[in-house]
Amino acid sequence: MSPRPGFILEVDRSTPPTLFWHGERFSMEKLPVGSRVIYAPEPEAALEDPIGAIRHALEHPLGDSPPLSARLTAGMKLTIAFDDISLPLPPMRRPDIRQLVIEQVLDLAAEAGVDDVVLICALALHRRMTAAELRHALGDRIYDAFEPQGLLQQHDAEDPTNLVHLGLTDQGEDVEINKRAAESDLLVYVNINLVAMDGGHKSVATGLASYKSLRHHHNAKVMTHSTSFMDQHKSELHSSNWRMGRLIAAAGVKVFQIETTLNSDTFPEQFRFLQRREWEWSAKDRATYLGASAALDRTPSKLARNIFQSIKAPHRMTSVQAGEVEAVHAQTTANVYRQQLVAVEGQTDILTMGLPYICPYNVNSIMNPILVACLGLGYFFNLYRGKPLVREGGVLIMSHPTPWEFNPVHHPSYIDFFEQVLSQTTDPAEIGKYEESFATDPWYIHLYRTGNAYHGVHPFYMWYWCAHALEHLGAVIVVGGDRAAVRRLGFKPASSMADALEMASDVVGRDPSLTHLHTPPVMLADVT
Amino acid sequence: MRGLLFERNLPRFAASRLLSGLSGSGKGTAVGPLRLTDLDPPELPGPDWHRVRPLLAGICGSDLATLDGRSSRYFEEIVSFPFVPGHEIVGVTEDDRRVVIEPVISCIPRGITPPCPACAEGRTGGCERIGFGHLAPGLQIGFCCDTGGGWSAAGLVAHDVQLHPVPEGLTDEDAVMVEPTACAVHAALAAGIEPGETVAVLGAGTLGLTTIAAIRRLTSPGTLLAGAKHPHQRTLAAELGADEVLPPDQLPRAVRRQARSLSLGASTRAGRTPGAGQLTGGADVVVDCVGNAESLRQALAMVRPRGRVVLVGMPGKVSVDLASLWHREVTLAGAYAYGTETVGGRTRRTFDLAFEVVAANQLGRLVSARYPLERFEEAVAHAGAAGRRGAVKVVFDLRPTRKGPAR
Repeated sequence: MSPRPGFILEVDRSTPPTLFWHGERFSMEKLPVGSRVIYAPEPEAALEDPIGAIRHALEHPLGDSPPLSARLTAGMKLTIAFDDISLPLPPMRRPDIRQLVIEQVLDLAAEAGVDDVVLICALALHRRMTAAELRHALGDRIYDAFEPQGLLQQHDAEDPTNLVHLGLTDQGEDVEINKRAAESDLLVYVNINLVAMDGGHKSVATGLASYKSLRHHHNAKVMTHSTSFMDQHKSELHSSNWRMGRLIAAAGVKVFQIETTLNSDTFPEQFRFLQRREWEWSAKDRATYLGASAALDRTPSKLARNIFQSIKAPHRMTSVQAGEVEAVHAQTTANVYRQQLVAVEGQTDILTMGLPYICPYNVNSIMNPILVACLGLGYFFNLYRGKPLVREGGVLIMSHPTPWEFNPVHHPSYIDFFEQVLSQTTDPAEIGKYEESFATDPWYIHLYRTGNAYHGVHPFYMWYWCAHALEHLGAVIVVGGDRAAVRRLGFKPASSMADALEMASDVVGRDPSLTHLHTPPVMLADVT
Repeated sequence: MRGLLFERNLPRFAASRLLSGLSGSGKGTAVGPLRLTDLDPPELPGPDWHRVRPLLAGICGSDLATLDGRSSRYFEEIVSFPFVPGHEIVGVTEDDRRVVIEPVISCIPRGITPPCPACAEGRTGGCERIGFGHLAPGLQIGFCCDTGGGWSAAGLVAHDVQLHPVPEGLTDEDAVMVEPTACAVHAALAAGIEPGETVAVLGAGTLGLTTIAAIRRLTSPGTLLAGAKHPHQRTLAAELGADEVLPPDQLPRAVRRQARSLSLGASTRAGRTPGAGQLTGGADVVVDCVGNAESLRQALAMVRPRGRVVLVGMPGKVSVDLASLWHREVTLAGAYAYGTETVGGRTRRTFDLAFEVVAANQLGRLVSARYPLERFEEAVAHAGAAGRRGAVKVVFDLRPTRKGPAR
């Protein structure tokens, strides 16, 4: 039976309460009659033979590219770059897609007699992955073969000896990327395209870049003009990356792009109710929900966090394509859209969303308030093509505990950003004046390079990610959040959904339309 | 006439210490050695002395420490019982001059000639004869049994050199802030702040706020950071000249960022040691206006090697690890009281500078509450919880007709 497409439910009197994520907890909310609830399409069928599909993609590349085997020769310098811990979400069960793909690439390299091979985690300004995380992503065989010899590296955007400046785009943007990658005879990039934003020229131009390069597209102005960044053709973020990617190619860097898509099978069996529609819940689903909720209500936050962070998603690969970057990405994007698009007619006055425990930047970590903002206003708000789900001047209501809590190892500069920058201004355009001092702070650089810390400038990027939403919305309300933390973000705290709706009426009037984005699983609203 | 008298009464002293320890500063007054009683005006000790009738008299941190029974035993030999507390005083002389009292009882008031080396240099705060001369021991008016103090309608006596006429434009509230501001002026100048240096001030009570104002007026720091616990303190600290004001626990991170320092032991979650958080660089000068073990520990953790920590808040017996002071060759200096200062090559009395700082910043606005002597228990409790209760300076109002209701 083919998976059902996305669905829009109109709430009536008989509609059961709607499940909202609330960090590591859930709530059931009775939405007003007439509200719309957007459900994601059901998971697509996975590839029956992923290894065969990978081999086929490598040997039948898209665009102007010979097969991978034809590009591998003895004595060449080969670099394989791969996406970092931020993908996929939640982390997937073993074997991870990166492992499956890289094993096939390495087999071909070995057959061709290539012995100068380096693996680079393309983490840009994200935190370095731990050994356990790398093992999980790459598998023991690859990790044990490469890591002890120093051939498994993590991109260091602050290592001037391993960066090369390839030039300026016609818009004056610096293109500075990893030297080993740039000077290799072939750079193979292995992507996991969880959402439409991922991949394409963004892989190399962002994942292997330096701050000097990234600042050209990671800023408030670019993000405000990315409407949305899930739609490459209306995204200035992508335009900039595409200019850079073409310059990288023109500079002679040979990239063999491999992109993969996943189905939306996000949660394991014990949490399967999370991706079912409430009126279709079985007795077992209801019992599981009640049991999980009751248990979580009695579980200390830290333990609840550990429980959820240990979830490994049953995601499976639905497509793999390889070859020339743009040709590959066009096909990948079509495949992502096939899984995730939901047609939605018209915008709404109020958009509600329950924010889960995880976003790209807190895997095995704490969802701090800045990340809460980024997940809601950066990611979920931008899960649209065409027009935003919520009208200009409308209200976004998010449900999340938003604790005033930070992981000092992963997010040290976030703490200072929250305390010293957001206390002064929450205007994305205005925070830029603080950016350089964070970006060049020697302590943050030290922690980024030697520990597991996000780069000093990263919290700024999280706030820039919110720029489009902040400019578009009339108000942002957080239900059940730490009131001080919510206020520091510039948002309004509400103790319940009813309170939030009452507060929203001050902005959008007494009889507003309401739409709930029932995600995760991830979807993309195609709003007309 | 009614006045408050502090007597040497060890059981009451212990009871006050116990109760204030349990319930908070200022809460032990009811069982402590301070009592409201009828007092006679003190005798004039000599020809150059004057009777002064207090108008306003502040409650200082050192007063609170004394009333709470937690002041250091160091002071036992340099106070004399029973004494009338109160050394932050604006009052009126018998010839109707409005004056601020400079309370340190140095060589000249004590009739000691020649004066000690410190007094000879104008450093009266460092007088070496405070337990000697024709007066009973007492480092200041307000701690000496012969002079009286500000917390009494019977008044006090002060020597010529201790009187500072109040300019017309200053209110009584401004004037009562001159003495604590003089302490702050001395501290700001004792800190030896070079132009462009990074300075961190710990604490934003009366001393912290006046120190910020004094540093901003009399020195040229590159960046002045302040740690303030309460919202109203943060607002005032910013108004008085701090570039950035943060809650105290956030101050070390702000200093680290400003100094572009690294930090020891903070890169891994596991294995944090007591030394974790020590900055490798840090502020050039840290001014500690709190004066407890935690503030001193924090000051040492965020001052740069060979930097200076200036203790303005009165410490008692504290336990602090001085290894970093030794290893980083940090200078730890006290800053007590006043005398004369050298500013721009000129020698000036600290109080004269304090008058300027008070006038320029209208520091009378820091007076948050005025109480009659009869409500001394409430007044002391208010002062002991000033920060939490949104106050800065609590004073006794001894004016015949109080301006405005007591709060």
